[in-house]
Amino acid sequence: MELFEILTSAAFWAAAIRIASPLIFATMGELICERAGVLNLGIEGIMVAGAFAGWIAVWAGLPLWGGVSVAFLVGVGLGGIHSILSVPFGLSQHVVGIGLTLLATSATFYTYRVMLPEVSTPPKIDAFQPFHIPFLSEIPFFGPALFQQTALTYLAFILVAVVSFTLYRTPLGLAVRAAGESPAAVAAQGLSVTAIRMGAVMVGSGCMAVGGAFLTMSAFDSFFFDMVNGRGWICIALVVFGAWRPGKALFGAILFAAFDALQIRLQQTGIGAVVPYQVFLMMPYILSIIALIVMSRRAEVPAALMVPFNKGER
Amino acid sequence: MSGVESAQPVLRLQNITKRFGSVTANEAVTFDLAKGEVIALLGENGAGKTTLMNILFGQYTADEGTVTVFGNLLPPGNPRAALDAGVGMVHQHFTLAENLTVWENIVLGAQPLHAPRLRAGAAKAKIRALSEEFQLKVDPDAKIGALTVGERQRVEILKALYRDARILILDEPTAVLTPQETDALFATLRTAINLGLSIVFISHKLHEVMAISNRVLVLRHGKLVAERATLDTDRAELSALMVGAETSAPDLAPATPGAALLTLSDLSTPSIGTAPGLRHANLALRAGQITGLAGVSGNGQAALSDLISGLVTPQSGQFEIAGNTVATWSPRNAIGQGIARIPEDRHKTGTIADFDLTENTILETYATQFSKRGWMNWRKAKAHAESLIETYDVRCSGPDSRIRLLSGGNMQKLILGRVLENAPRIILANQPVRGLDIGAVNYVHGRLAAARDAGAAVLLISEDLDEIMRLSDVIHVISDGRLSPEFARGTMQPEQLGVWMAGDGFEGCDHAA
Repeated sequence: MELFEILTSAAFWAAAIRIASPLIFATMGELICERAGVLNLGIEGIMVAGAFAGWIAVWAGLPLWGGVSVAFLVGVGLGGIHSILSVPFGLSQHVVGIGLTLLATSATFYTYRVMLPEVSTPPKIDAFQPFHIPFLSEIPFFGPALFQQTALTYLAFILVAVVSFTLYRTPLGLAVRAAGESPAAVAAQGLSVTAIRMGAVMVGSGCMAVGGAFLTMSAFDSFFFDMVNGRGWICIALVVFGAWRPGKALFGAILFAAFDALQIRLQQTGIGAVVPYQVFLMMPYILSIIALIVMSRRAEVPAALMVPFNKGER
Repeated sequence: MSGVESAQPVLRLQNITKRFGSVTANEAVTFDLAKGEVIALLGENGAGKTTLMNILFGQYTADEGTVTVFGNLLPPGNPRAALDAGVGMVHQHFTLAENLTVWENIVLGAQPLHAPRLRAGAAKAKIRALSEEFQLKVDPDAKIGALTVGERQRVEILKALYRDARILILDEPTAVLTPQETDALFATLRTAINLGLSIVFISHKLHEVMAISNRVLVLRHGKLVAERATLDTDRAELSALMVGAETSAPDLAPATPGAALLTLSDLSTPSIGTAPGLRHANLALRAGQITGLAGVSGNGQAALSDLISGLVTPQSGQFEIAGNTVATWSPRNAIGQGIARIPEDRHKTGTIADFDLTENTILETYATQFSKRGWMNWRKAKAHAESLIETYDVRCSGPDSRIRLLSGGNMQKLILGRVLENAPRIILANQPVRGLDIGAVNYVHGRLAAARDAGAAVLLISEDLDEIMRLSDVIHVISDGRLSPEFARGTMQPEQLGVWMAGDGFEGCDHAA
């Protein structure tokens, strides 16, 4: 009964959407990279860097949207490093990605200490506040659940639409998908596989960084060292869960976030008194693994994912 | 259109030379293609046909020479420029993305990347119109992965036509088709010619070349060796030109054949894909004798070599080794029977590229000769590799270097050493000198001859008639899975073998048998 009450409350769904937002940004970013044929394991580090960059830029005096832009650009830059190593040089995407995560994470902590020496509590910024969309926010249940979020959450949903449209309705999107399926086909049509893949990795990494920035600029108003906390790895699973399709990946992100929101609430109910809280913490992950097994059975993996392409090789 | 323009060739290749390391894939190739003409580019595997066409299409950059299309010089190494100039290529290995639909594959790259929308409706309408016009039936909304090979080829052709290609290059288009699909393809090509397109048709199937082309260019070892109007030539002449038979100087002592070590009687094997199996083959490999197998590639050579290697078991007929009927047959049995193999593809099946020389030399014998109670004896293995390197003159930095770093010739020498060191009874040499330079060729041939003199039965499979005639004591010709009778050395002229290779001559033989 308590479960039913939780699932029908607007506050619960509002929380789920809020928790889902950074996942949506980063999942879209990873999806763009993988659709072009590049697995970007730098995602965790890029999110950390984005979280820091956006927050520190606002703290240094930039407007909020300026902070988001800085985060995006930092992501593009880190994506640039990844793409140079993984695309023209054709290095192992696993090694490059994990290396980038380590590099971006430690470089972030280093920069933090250089910029804020002798700070015990990180300073707060004036973060994004919920924006009530006129009329829509007054619809019963749906209004408070969906239309009283911050601007960045709305942006996340717009991003899904943009990614989806671009992938399936524009020549550029077709070229990106083809680069992930058959780079030889792309090259045979006189297009540059290198340029397409590098571009996709850089833009995708920018989206990941904005996902990180959501944590410091919308969910909270400050930066903590372990705040990304494995969300990047979850997003890699969400791309598989979504079968490399933006709409399904969005659904996956919300589902995961809903489980996360649910476990917090369940801990405070009668069940929480009996079951150790660690079980609740595990719940979203266990359920995602189950969902992953069920959903990704028939998924069509981009055929050239993780396959470097060298033109003119004999 | 002025008279001058119609006399101008639509395509002109001038003096094209391309080298891959020390191998010259194309040497000073020059030809013209006229409007509405079909040129057949004929040559054996490795003759340089595909390389030449990849240069024309801008996927490789030529070391020397120029490509001119409709009077304009093509910038080298730029497929986009070739496409824009009206050159369309249908690759031997299709360049299609399997998870995308037909129309998506066709439209890819045809609209500028900055265009705001894919015009799917218009694209599909144009594809349907082209399908109708050229009899290339295919559903634009189907996924490539769900299509048959023949349908995929139609998509490849549509891709070229969609971008208004005026010159079509087809690389071995019939290699993957059934006879019915081939007929349909030829109908499409005739429509294209009537509409003023020009075609370069790459093949090594003679009857197709005779059926579709106006002119035949023969490429051998990267050089253009002959040019014939199709009406003025025939299959026998073309097959002789293609495999090349200028010299047949015997440089071997007469053989002293012994007992038959491997005998096939009325033996058949299943066909694999489009490659024919053996059909009622009779063959005897005798000790101290080199048996040459001549034939155009894809006529059952693979079936015979797979049978002898143990990869395929007979469907019917008798298979005996040293007079004993073979009951169970696998590669391990074959090794146990003293059959040594020089595989056709030394990179794929002959060696493991990232293993070092030591490991590669003991691939067949590691368990029997170089280990004790389950432990490898690396010292012995390395000494063995060192002695092979020494004896067979393998140029390398030592037994610890990875075999992928060796040149083809040195790799082949090492394989040869591995094969000969165990004093095999039967040697299967499948294209042993393909892609090697002349020095390495002579070395390999000398070693094979020495193995013969030491009493081994050697089967030499080659598409190079020259090589077959120079080295073999007896010759069989294979055509469509059928083996000709045994011809003794020096009793047949290249032209006579060419008739058998073209598949003629078997009828009379069947009557006699």
